[in-house]
Amino acid sequence: MDIPGNLKYSQTHEWVLDNGDGTVTIGITDYAQAELGDITYLELPDLGRELTYDDPFGTVESVKAASELIAPVTGVITELNQPVLDDPEVINGDPYGSWMLKVRLSNPSELENLLTASDYAEFTEA
Amino acid sequence: MPVQYTGILQEARIVRSAAGLFDVSHMGQVVVSGPGALSAVQRLLTNDASKLAPGRAQYSLMCRDDGGILDDLIVYRWDDGTAEPEFLIVVNASNREQDFGWMSSRGSGDDVTWRDASDDYALIALQGPNSQDLLAPFVSGTDLAGLRYFSHTKAEFRALTKRTAVHIARTGYTGEDGFELFCTPDDSPEIWVTLANAGARPCGLGARDVLRIEASYPLYGHEIDTTTNPYEAGLGWVVKPAKGDFVGRDAMLSARESGITRVLRGVVPVDERAVPRQDTVITFADGREGRVTSGTMSPTLNRAIGICYVPSHSPESALLEMRGKQLPASITSLPFYKR
Repeated sequence: MDIPGNLKYSQTHEWVLDNGDGTVTIGITDYAQAELGDITYLELPDLGRELTYDDPFGTVESVKAASELIAPVTGVITELNQPVLDDPEVINGDPYGSWMLKVRLSNPSELENLLTASDYAEFTEA
Repeated sequence: MPVQYTGILQEARIVRSAAGLFDVSHMGQVVVSGPGALSAVQRLLTNDASKLAPGRAQYSLMCRDDGGILDDLIVYRWDDGTAEPEFLIVVNASNREQDFGWMSSRGSGDDVTWRDASDDYALIALQGPNSQDLLAPFVSGTDLAGLRYFSHTKAEFRALTKRTAVHIARTGYTGEDGFELFCTPDDSPEIWVTLANAGARPCGLGARDVLRIEASYPLYGHEIDTTTNPYEAGLGWVVKPAKGDFVGRDAMLSARESGITRVLRGVVPVDERAVPRQDTVITFADGREGRVTSGTMSPTLNRAIGICYVPSHSPESALLEMRGKQLPASITSLPFYKR
């Protein structure tokens, strides 16, 4: 299971990259894509909408099931990855290269809620 | 059997183009024997088992008195024809205990013995257009090429370290040519490895479901259950009222006479990526409703498909209640795929 050390992780299997400029990039982890199986559809809110920490904000569907995406941070959506929205199956092959959205943080201290790579590794082993 | 080994859609594609391997040992096997075996089978199941010559099998249904379906199953004429008929019946894993309980009580008699033989058998399914070529080098004692669809035979399998007795049936649940190999649980790992080494791709439950939905085979608990009668499910072809009485016969015939009010159809969303799920509600312009029984992404058609119950004579245009919206879809005939 691939867990890059430079990212932070939520317990609901989203990864978060701190872009260092008040924004973060968000995707789903290798663990998530393996659990989901072949991804068929991704639904995200529009640009400008707000994510609220720990609330559902979108859906990822696979052949097996539909799963909610849970906001790892609070903030406004500044960018959506349209190629991934158009062909979400790329997430299975490259979960960390297939980012979904970028968010301007309302509350940067929320990053402390997230797990480090080694904590996430332990969490997913349990 | 896991849900997948490498990927559900990839595994399904390999079955359609080459050969895949499924461990279906979880399925149940019931053996019925004795002078009264045929008559017991005839009383309990809808199809006509008297038509089965040795070495032949048939798809059949077991129903309740009210015509509701208890299970779908395959009946194999297991004896060699020299003595009285004996049958092996393969049932769904999820229904194994209830089926055996029902069979041994409703099918009981002084001259009939029912045995739950599930623990005696492992079952490996090899499915796909390359199945025969892949299997033939390991099989002796029978003419594999001459084995017809729904025929079965004893044979010998040359596994890695030993020759093992197997029983080979040309049956399957994928819509492709293929074989199901009955063997002992002890022999099954070697048979599996032998076939996998020869190029058969291990496939899981996910692929199995995709393939059977494309071929539009029913799955118990989805298209068929105790609330459905065979005619609604499009399975009238395995109901043979002329053979004599059987459990549920009167009820299902009377339902057919009153008119079948709902039918099994395909549903294809306009959005190719909108996979319908079981219990998704279908609405029509005239206010009538249907529901999805199974749905998947079809790697053969490259779009989402589903099977559904809709009122008889429904129009082609429908709406699916999905993603908090009403998504347009077409109601189609079945099956989605035929080899």
